[in-house]
Amino acid sequence: MKLVIALIAGMLFGGGLVVSGMTDTAKVQGWLDVFGAWDPTLAFVMGGAMIPMAIAWVLTKGRSPMTGGNFPAPPEPKLGRNLIVGSVIFGMGWALAGLCPGPSIAAISFGGSSLWIFLVAMGAGMFVAPRVRAMMDA
Amino acid sequence: MENIAFQIDWLYGLIGGLFIGLGGAVFLLGNGRIMGASGLIGGLVDGSGWSNAAERIAFLAGVVIMPIIVLQFWDRSETNITDNVVQLVAAGLLVGVGTRIANGCTSGHGVCGISRLSLRGIVATVFYIMAGGLTMALFRAVLGWI
Repeated sequence: MKLVIALIAGMLFGGGLVVSGMTDTAKVQGWLDVFGAWDPTLAFVMGGAMIPMAIAWVLTKGRSPMTGGNFPAPPEPKLGRNLIVGSVIFGMGWALAGLCPGPSIAAISFGGSSLWIFLVAMGAGMFVAPRVRAMMDA
Repeated sequence: MENIAFQIDWLYGLIGGLFIGLGGAVFLLGNGRIMGASGLIGGLVDGSGWSNAAERIAFLAGVVIMPIIVLQFWDRSETNITDNVVQLVAAGLLVGVGTRIANGCTSGHGVCGISRLSLRGIVATVFYIMAGGLTMALFRAVLGWI
């Protein structure tokens, strides 16, 4: 059951990414290009996604997940250096190619060799990240 | 005409966004999981998420399959992705390292975090958008490289 739900959730996510245009790197770079031809589409995507998600968070109150277990603990109010440094590094890469992790997976079937190069590099980055984090903490 | 095209893009953005949020809602209410793409992928890559690998793979399979289905009816395959290998490798490395150090990306911190008013999600989103905007300004407006 967990697997079926995960598959359905993934399908909604992947379908939404394609419909919204977030697999088009020009739209993402356009959103970040404040001094150029600024494209506000991403704000509509984020705003649209917040609506069902905010309702879902309200519905978690006093309930358990359908397949058992517990809902994730309330978010830590602690910010920390990793959150800031990591987000800045991510933002730089996001702008450079116009891709973040979700759309890079959603575009696998039609992104061609360029997308695969990005994916391999992203995988390598994720693989070394725990070591980078350990170096930062040392 | 251009104006109308822009507004249709916003509408597609809003509709697509609703589906993205619906996916997050299903994953949360069904499995009690936060829909964060970088965490779901990263846990498979570095081994930290192998205990629930099947659930992660099922989710990611859905992310790959649905666009294939959508594209049968609507050619939405324009990616405008660069073919500059240096740019792609640098971008991939930065996105991979950055999202894992920050413990989240646009879906986890952005969509799932902000919608529960998580301070971490809001701060992360402000910083990656600011860093992205500055990078864009430097590389496109100043240097004209991308």
